[in-house]
Amino acid sequence: MASEEQLSAIKRAKVLMVGAGGIGCELLKTLALSGFQDIHIIDMDTIEVSNLNRQFLFRQSHVGQSKAKVARDAVLRFRPNISITPYHANVKESRFNVDFFKEFDVVLNGLDNLDARRHVNRLCLAVDVPLVESGTTGFLGQVTVHSKGKTECYECQPKPAPKTYPVCTITSTPSKFVHCIVWAKDLLFAKLFGDKNQENDLNVRSSDTGNSSEHSVDVFEHRKDEDIEHYGRRIYDHVFGHNIEVALSNEETWKNRNKPRPIYSKDVLPVKMTEENGDTEKDSATDDVSVMASLSLKNPQDIWSLSENSRVFLEALRLFFLKRRKDIGNLTFDKDDQLAVEFVTAAANIRASSFGIPLHSLFEAKGIAGNIVHAVATTNAIIAGLIVIEAIKVLKKDNNNYRMTYCLEHPSRKLLLMPVEPYEPNKSCYVCSETPLSLEVNMHHSKLRDFVEKIVKGKLGMNFPVIMQGASILYEVGEDLEEDMVAIYAANLEKALSKLPSAVTSGTVLAVEDLQQEFSCSINIKHREEFDEEKEPDGMVLSGWVEAPVDKDNNNKPIGNGESTSNALPSKEILECEKDVEIQETSEGTETVTRKKRKLSEVDESKNQKKPEKLDVDDEDDELFIPDDWESLIKKRRV
Amino acid sequence: MNGEELTEQETALYDRQIRVWGADAQRRLSKSHILVYGMKGTVAEFCKNIVLAGVGSVTLVDDRAVNEEALSTNFLVLPDENLYHGKTLAEVCCDSLKEFNPMVHVSVEKGDISTFGVEFFEKFDAVVISCCSLAKKKLINQKCRKLPKHIAYYTVDCRGSCGEIFVDLKNYKYSKKKLEETIECQLEYPSFEDAIAAPWKALPKRVSKLYFAMRVIEQFEDIEGRNAGQTSIADLPGVLKLRKELCETNSVNESQIPDALLERLLTGTSEFPPVCAIIGGILGQEVIKAISGKGDPLKNFFFFDAMDGKGLIEDISKP
Repeated sequence: MASEEQLSAIKRAKVLMVGAGGIGCELLKTLALSGFQDIHIIDMDTIEVSNLNRQFLFRQSHVGQSKAKVARDAVLRFRPNISITPYHANVKESRFNVDFFKEFDVVLNGLDNLDARRHVNRLCLAVDVPLVESGTTGFLGQVTVHSKGKTECYECQPKPAPKTYPVCTITSTPSKFVHCIVWAKDLLFAKLFGDKNQENDLNVRSSDTGNSSEHSVDVFEHRKDEDIEHYGRRIYDHVFGHNIEVALSNEETWKNRNKPRPIYSKDVLPVKMTEENGDTEKDSATDDVSVMASLSLKNPQDIWSLSENSRVFLEALRLFFLKRRKDIGNLTFDKDDQLAVEFVTAAANIRASSFGIPLHSLFEAKGIAGNIVHAVATTNAIIAGLIVIEAIKVLKKDNNNYRMTYCLEHPSRKLLLMPVEPYEPNKSCYVCSETPLSLEVNMHHSKLRDFVEKIVKGKLGMNFPVIMQGASILYEVGEDLEEDMVAIYAANLEKALSKLPSAVTSGTVLAVEDLQQEFSCSINIKHREEFDEEKEPDGMVLSGWVEAPVDKDNNNKPIGNGESTSNALPSKEILECEKDVEIQETSEGTETVTRKKRKLSEVDESKNQKKPEKLDVDDEDDELFIPDDWESLIKKRRV
Repeated sequence: MNGEELTEQETALYDRQIRVWGADAQRRLSKSHILVYGMKGTVAEFCKNIVLAGVGSVTLVDDRAVNEEALSTNFLVLPDENLYHGKTLAEVCCDSLKEFNPMVHVSVEKGDISTFGVEFFEKFDAVVISCCSLAKKKLINQKCRKLPKHIAYYTVDCRGSCGEIFVDLKNYKYSKKKLEETIECQLEYPSFEDAIAAPWKALPKRVSKLYFAMRVIEQFEDIEGRNAGQTSIADLPGVLKLRKELCETNSVNESQIPDALLERLLTGTSEFPPVCAIIGGILGQEVIKAISGKGDPLKNFFFFDAMDGKGLIEDISKP
């Protein structure tokens, strides 16, 4: 394959890599070995210990340093004369605009989140530079090529939306361990250690009408001079005992469900803890605080008993107050915060015990709570090789030979690496085909702010939107706006759509644009009076945009759902390349359990099991799991 | 399985992969010993993968000096003469590999591997052979098979944009979970010699052309007394002649082994880095599966051709 023409195309090429993690390390190495001489690489992360099992350019001594920079240094050791430009930055920053992107011959993504992927997709479309996308999870992987006008763009096919759960499932009727984790993390942990001003549904019960927020603050707050263990038991009894009893009093809820049982600390741990544990004051630095060590629970893979979980719960709470008092009030859950993980594991397990749900080990709980993506070096290496092969095709303008390649765990008709021809652009894709969308909304109730947050930023993934009706700008963000304009926009946000200065009525078309992504979209507004509170909690329905199907079937294992990571060897074969797909609680406007408006119930993405259309004709009927990310089987249009 | 727990260090480092294959498998890996012969680019990739995975030890054999080829396709060889002067390829690679995971014991064995006795091979759980003549491949395979101990045997060859892996797990028993049940599986593998002796006519119709092409080149090198990979386009006439003979003997059509494919294999004797990464990755996974006893191992050949992008498994054995 190394013809003269190919070699010189490679030598001349200017390549952008986005991501210097699992795929990034392997990719940078392979690009360098393959003769590439001008590589730019963007990554905002720093190196962590858990990266070292596969991100082989990094060493223990590099923990804490920039991935992009260390990767560059490592590769220069065996290719000292090539140019690698690292950027320790977020690819969404404004400096990575169209002028930046248009300099490259090809863009190679090694990302782990949907948002960034969509962002890069739009920029590549704007500058007409081909994009090679990829993802891996465990033994599964895929590589796809996106070339404007010739193939689908990254957003032509539906991508699984981040998973959220109905409030009542979390607060009142959990049936799976992941529900208990969400409760422990987003409600209890947040309530006890997080921002007090945040709305919190911890005391919300489905039948509850008269619960005042002042009352709940009282219960959870540590009283002056209250003995910590007493406080701990009081909280324990309130959430695992009292709250359960109150829930039980509503017969209706439990008609067709197994009833939970209330648990009180005195029944589980009759003896005062401090007498048992002896001296825990000898703990070292506050950062290393951990309950497991002091309770001799050495193995994170062990499943603790109810009483062990209860001990961990009380002791973790005690240690937070004793050793990390200053953190209380501004903590968010961090999977690398050992004490937080211990607390959440224990709390989730006690709740699970109450509801008859199987308990899980700390290892499993951490994976669920931390949205940990399981990963190995080999898959990343294979994918990197496949990416470079596609990149070379791009440089040679060999567009008839672009392939989407799936790396499977179990062979399908003898194939472990399965190439498939890419599809034509989706003519209804609102990103690359600029198809207008429709929005049903109650124009008298919904404000412009709701539209901006939930639709424009939320669903459409714009970061810096401009919203126009005809020639009037209703809203925009920017650095150099005049004060009076900023005031007008701020005022507009709070107005109902029908009350906006340029009367937005049913049938109006709004133009929405993100100047950085150079992405624009038009939305036809239609008025609708009523919306279903459960199914359409936003009070707005966007159609014509490509969204993953909602499936209420609970039998299958949803992507990235906690249960799947709770098996040491997951049997699911669905690709999940998103670290933040499951219990979405990032700050980017996605619904979480703590907000008032709710999203739909679980999106089950695992149902699509369809045959791929292969290059060779074959009679066999094969069952193949194709990742939802690449629903190449729903539409069968080829290039 | 013994009762030793993973250390805290191991648990932290291997967290993400333990979530893939479990703590048991990780423990087994940490007790395994791998022998690797022939430090080309693909094998360097493979070694990187198993060292990161946390095997117990890796023993490298390759007494050649660092050459141009190594400098261009083997990322374990740093282009600093001060570092590699006077050292063999295995020694240089050993130095680099140690850095990837201090918990893995990486060492070098010197000498002609065909003279090593059966007791030498007994130390290992898996043996990976590359850059090897047909005769040597068979010889080492036989020595491994002679032993009562179960040793997983692999050969790997990459030529230009193509790659081949051969797997011999003798009689391999393993268990796997299907839904709620655990089922016991057993696979019987032929030796390399037996596998390639399978009459071509008896093989399924759509067996990869790459299989046949590799056998032709392999035999050509054997007959001509060449080292592995020591061919060029000048050999094409001789190779085509051999193809004709082999096809006649096997009663198959010569079109089964296209000229163009043979040409590519003859000229592409240096490795193509993306293919090294792919083959090294697949091989890494196979060895990890065999050592840990988790996952269906492939049986018994794997082929990759960057030209069509397919990575496929062929089951080649005597009927």
